[in-house]
Amino acid sequence: MATAISRATATRTKIGTGASLPVVLGILAACLFLAIGSLKSDIFAQQTVAGLAQGAIYASLALALVLIYRATEVINFAQGEMAMATTYIAYQLTLWGLSYWLSFFLSLVIGFALGVVVYGVLIRPVQHRSVIALVIVTVGLFILIDGLVTWKWGADLKFMPAPFGNHVYRAGGVSFAQQDIGVLLVSILSVILLWVLFRFTKLGLAMRAAALRPAAASLVGVRVDWMLAIGWGLAATLGAVAGLMTEPSVFLTPTMMQPILLYAFAAAVLGGLESPAGSVVGGLAIGVFLNLIGQYVGWATSELRLPIAFFVLLVVLLLKPNGLFGRRQVRRV
Amino acid sequence: MRGAIVRALTLAVVAAVVVALAFELSDYHKGLAVRVAIYYIAIVGLNILTGYTGQISIGHGAFMAIGGYTTAIMSFYHHTNLVVTLPLSFAITFGCGVAVGIPALRLSGVYLALATFALAVSVPQLPLKWSKWTGGSNGLRTHTTPSNEWLYEVAWTCAALAFVGAWLLLRGRTGRAFRSIRDSELAAASSGISLPIYKTLAFGISAAFAGVAGSLFVLVTNGFAQPNEFGVILSLQILIGAAVAGLGSLWGGLVGALFVGLLPEISSSVPVLGSGHGQDVVFGLIVILVMLLLPHGVAGFLRTIDSRFKSAIKSDPTAS
Repeated sequence: MATAISRATATRTKIGTGASLPVVLGILAACLFLAIGSLKSDIFAQQTVAGLAQGAIYASLALALVLIYRATEVINFAQGEMAMATTYIAYQLTLWGLSYWLSFFLSLVIGFALGVVVYGVLIRPVQHRSVIALVIVTVGLFILIDGLVTWKWGADLKFMPAPFGNHVYRAGGVSFAQQDIGVLLVSILSVILLWVLFRFTKLGLAMRAAALRPAAASLVGVRVDWMLAIGWGLAATLGAVAGLMTEPSVFLTPTMMQPILLYAFAAAVLGGLESPAGSVVGGLAIGVFLNLIGQYVGWATSELRLPIAFFVLLVVLLLKPNGLFGRRQVRRV
Repeated sequence: MRGAIVRALTLAVVAAVVVALAFELSDYHKGLAVRVAIYYIAIVGLNILTGYTGQISIGHGAFMAIGGYTTAIMSFYHHTNLVVTLPLSFAITFGCGVAVGIPALRLSGVYLALATFALAVSVPQLPLKWSKWTGGSNGLRTHTTPSNEWLYEVAWTCAALAFVGAWLLLRGRTGRAFRSIRDSELAAASSGISLPIYKTLAFGISAAFAGVAGSLFVLVTNGFAQPNEFGVILSLQILIGAAVAGLGSLWGGLVGALFVGLLPEISSSVPVLGSGHGQDVVFGLIVILVMLLLPHGVAGFLRTIDSRFKSAIKSDPTAS
């Protein structure tokens, strides 16, 4: 118990991105490599942009996981299924005749409510129990949502109206799908909005205080429980964006977010699991890496995308457990 | 002493019920009973790792897949006797468990949960990659399909062996080492218990149990080994089976196996739920309720009742 407390305080006192100089240099070098490669080869450029678009989805789901982990020290295994459920809700709204973008924003609101309810009803009662208990509650939620969605909508493929159209832009011999650009913009925009909320508003300040120093925050009048619930709500909203942006490329099935969840885990771990900026960089990096490796390495066929992501996750955990942006945890006994 | 007698009696009753059911059950219900036995073996395996050694794993479906494919491949290509493939997949998954256990030494808590979850998601992809040998998404079929009667005998024999094996392992020196690692790694290490050896051992044995369960699982699904049979949900079901019944209880595993194995059957006969995937709804709800209301599972709940009952008798002056 004492270990847990001292670890918690050690990790909670750090603020900022925590990226060290070699890591920043490495990221710059990788960007340079991508830029030069894109200028040299059209296919490389296309794969990079497509990878960034997919990576942006991984990044938003990873950021959702990191927000929740920072605030409540819970890894939400149901994050992907919650995103899938809100995407189905958007689908139902379009069936009722609403336009795509109206359904989009309505389902984000519903996603927020879902996140708040999940925290209040399921997580808060078990929050201070063992890791195993928390994992099992979120796993139970995983199966519950899976069952509810399959029960209501069935397991077969469903289609939503295309949000971005099928136009392909050409720039200097390179063609970019409008859909990729749209997915990239929406995901990055939602991440930036969230950052603005956390960085520049009073609510964001209160939420950061509640996550980092709950006791002190409640002494200065922050309603910690509500802040954590709003944090869960925002994470679910971000997950809903990820789900809706996944839909155009794989269409709607109850299992559509399961692979994305694994990529998001890998992204979050690569970024350090506690660093929001790290999870975004990690998501983009994994998206581009998987696409380029699929393009240029012969044996890495699409079936190996998930095992390769698993391998990345394992290598990061073994070689640099704190990820690119995390700081070393001091562990006192 | 009284506890030992009660336990021996329960054991005798369970054994008698299992043997008696062999004559009573219809072919279809034997298939269900086989599934219960399979879940029991896997849950006991996971219990050794998570319940007794404190190392969480969401990846036991992956070991079941490895065991299942061992049986299917040996039977399909070499026409190996099906019973012989069971110890073989025990050995192979033991090796795989140790191989996973070595990197897992450096992980704990949520990190171990993440890594094993990733394992569960990625292993079913591998047969798709090497589809020339494994039949891809169509799967691979054993050269003969055993009858449910044969399976019933084999599966429950394996379940009994799993119970006895786990009991023998856990009651002695090894079990003490496991439990001390669960309670405090630091205290265990400072009293001379080698963490690397015992943790990888727990991983290996636990995976081997899951492997045998996977072999039987392939046999009960008409001898087909298919990637989507071993999806994430299977891993989650085993973890949930272990948790609902209570981690750290071999008896509880039977309750967990009954829960996981029979719930789809029971819930499909309930009118509203029957259609579609109503069983997953019930499954998820029960899991969450149990975790919220009974922190130590059904076995822990019974233990609490038992001790309250005893203390009530002791403190009651009129009783003596």
